[in-house]
Amino acid sequence: MRPADLLASSWRAIRSHKMRSALTMLGIVVGIASVVLTVGLGLGTQKDVSEQIAALGSDLLIVSPGSSTDESGMRGGFGSGETLTLTDAEALASEVAVPDAGDVAPEKTASLSLEYGESNWTTDVTGTTTSWTEVRSRDLLYGSFFTADDAEAGASVIVLGAETAQELFGTTSVVGQEVTIDGEALEVVGVLAEAGSSGETSLDDLAVVPMTTMVEQLDDSGNSESVDTIYVKAASSDSLSAASQETTSLLLNLHGLASADDADFTVEVQDSLLDAATSVYEKLTVLLTGIAALALLVGGIGVMNIMLVSVTERTREIGLRKALGAAPANIRNQFLIEAMILGLSGGAVGVIIGVGLALALPSVLGSTIVVSGLALVVSVVVAVGIGAVFGVYPAARAARLAPIDALRDQ
Amino acid sequence: MSAPVIELSGARKTYHTGDIEFEALRGIDCRIFPGEYVAIVGPSGSGKSTLMNILGCLDVLTSGRYVLAGEDVSQMDEVALASARNRRIGFVFQQFHLLASLTAVGNVELPLVYAGIPPAERRERAMVALERVGLGDKSRNHPGQLSGGQQQRVAIARALVTEPAIVLADEPTGNLDSHSTRDVLGMLDDLHAEGSTIVLITHESDVAARAGTVYNVTDGQFVGAGTGIAK
Repeated sequence: MRPADLLASSWRAIRSHKMRSALTMLGIVVGIASVVLTVGLGLGTQKDVSEQIAALGSDLLIVSPGSSTDESGMRGGFGSGETLTLTDAEALASEVAVPDAGDVAPEKTASLSLEYGESNWTTDVTGTTTSWTEVRSRDLLYGSFFTADDAEAGASVIVLGAETAQELFGTTSVVGQEVTIDGEALEVVGVLAEAGSSGETSLDDLAVVPMTTMVEQLDDSGNSESVDTIYVKAASSDSLSAASQETTSLLLNLHGLASADDADFTVEVQDSLLDAATSVYEKLTVLLTGIAALALLVGGIGVMNIMLVSVTERTREIGLRKALGAAPANIRNQFLIEAMILGLSGGAVGVIIGVGLALALPSVLGSTIVVSGLALVVSVVVAVGIGAVFGVYPAARAARLAPIDALRDQ
Repeated sequence: MSAPVIELSGARKTYHTGDIEFEALRGIDCRIFPGEYVAIVGPSGSGKSTLMNILGCLDVLTSGRYVLAGEDVSQMDEVALASARNRRIGFVFQQFHLLASLTAVGNVELPLVYAGIPPAERRERAMVALERVGLGDKSRNHPGQLSGGQQQRVAIARALVTEPAIVLADEPTGNLDSHSTRDVLGMLDDLHAEGSTIVLITHESDVAARAGTVYNVTDGQFVGAGTGIAK
């Protein structure tokens, strides 16, 4: 029997039972559509998270005081201590010692109360350098960031986060206004554009002042030299690990330490955050895909069920075909191909519905759904495979029918 | 005389149903030569249907030998039997057994599909066969649009299209009115006149009367074998 005739024969059988074929496909359609959606949702969430983290700067090193001596990641004095200094930050900015690093921004942060007229608002006030906007990838909504001269002079200027300005003034257009911190009056020179949130911390509720201003006028911790964090931006994301090594060895040197095990600071990479987030979403994707796979399994069982009914119903036809010279393999292949065509059509319709929903849902849900071409191709292949796997048993039953019994069947 | 188309020797068929043994055929010897028109008659339960299944390669003997057109089919497996049916035998059934989803010409083509004949040649041969049974103008009709007699004629065309060694007709008029019965039997007469070998299985003696040779089957054996009834 010619393959084209086999295909034509299977296709005719499917077309002559349109309703039944459509219902059989339905299980596969639902299964494949949910696979496309869940995989897309998983990939989309992953993309959202990576973009958020990339916005923070995926080429960013975060140097914190305290150390991590435990390899399992237990951080002994992490975040505490006053082992990082302004001198460290200045040294790290040197192109000779750390050639793979670009801008460097130390941060010294204190939770302070800002006042304007009758209203007051407590937020994190950060002292830093002019590199901060570059290093933290922030833009100005109004006004400008403080200048190198402001930084040098320790000028009484302040840049507010959008949320802070809103809370304090009821508006964000507040350039030229004055806020008071601990009796010190500071002029608002700029308002930062919104950046969303990172975990539980709002990136829009903060205030930024020149480091000198922070040290000389606002900070009352008594340790004018220490800083809380030093951000080092690598020259490029490729040079991130080189920059990390250079930073570590320079700081060890400056602190008079011989080995990295003794380090009284920690160098972290934003990528590690990305990795952690990615692994969470990968697990979520696996879970959702598992559920979708169950739906597909049920669809496959539906195919088997209907194919068995079809074999019983078409016993006489099978008998006749055998009497006319169809070998068992011809009969088996016909039913197998029928099941595969059902799988293929169900898969194709499922992909179309899945992609349609993937395009329509994001505007409703507000989450990104990424439709991956590979996932679509794999879905269709899987659907055909399911048709084949669940078609094998009914097809074998059909092939085994004895022609005399089959012909006699009324 | 030329070699026989069908040669049965010591043909036995035993069915087992649980512990019960049933001997459907108890040693039948029979030779049918090319161009013969043979009727096999007998009441139901006589072994007539079993004999028809054996002759049609739809079933195999328990013991004995069956040579069809020079091929020993008694030891063939399912695949070889399927091929033998396809090449050597043209079936005409009581219930016509046409596929409702195919046109008349599509039904006639079906044995050629399993023979692996290309579509163009298939269509041509099927049309020739349909014209031979006088239905050339009904080739695009589906079985539901044809009368019982016409459907059986399509089935006869399907039996002829492979140019088989024998046409095996199993109660071909059982489902037909008297007019269609005359029509179909007349067609078998014509085929015989044109040289086809025909084996007709029936329980009606007036149908059998048209054949050149009549075998009576009773209890799995021929009774008064080879009684020729002159037309």
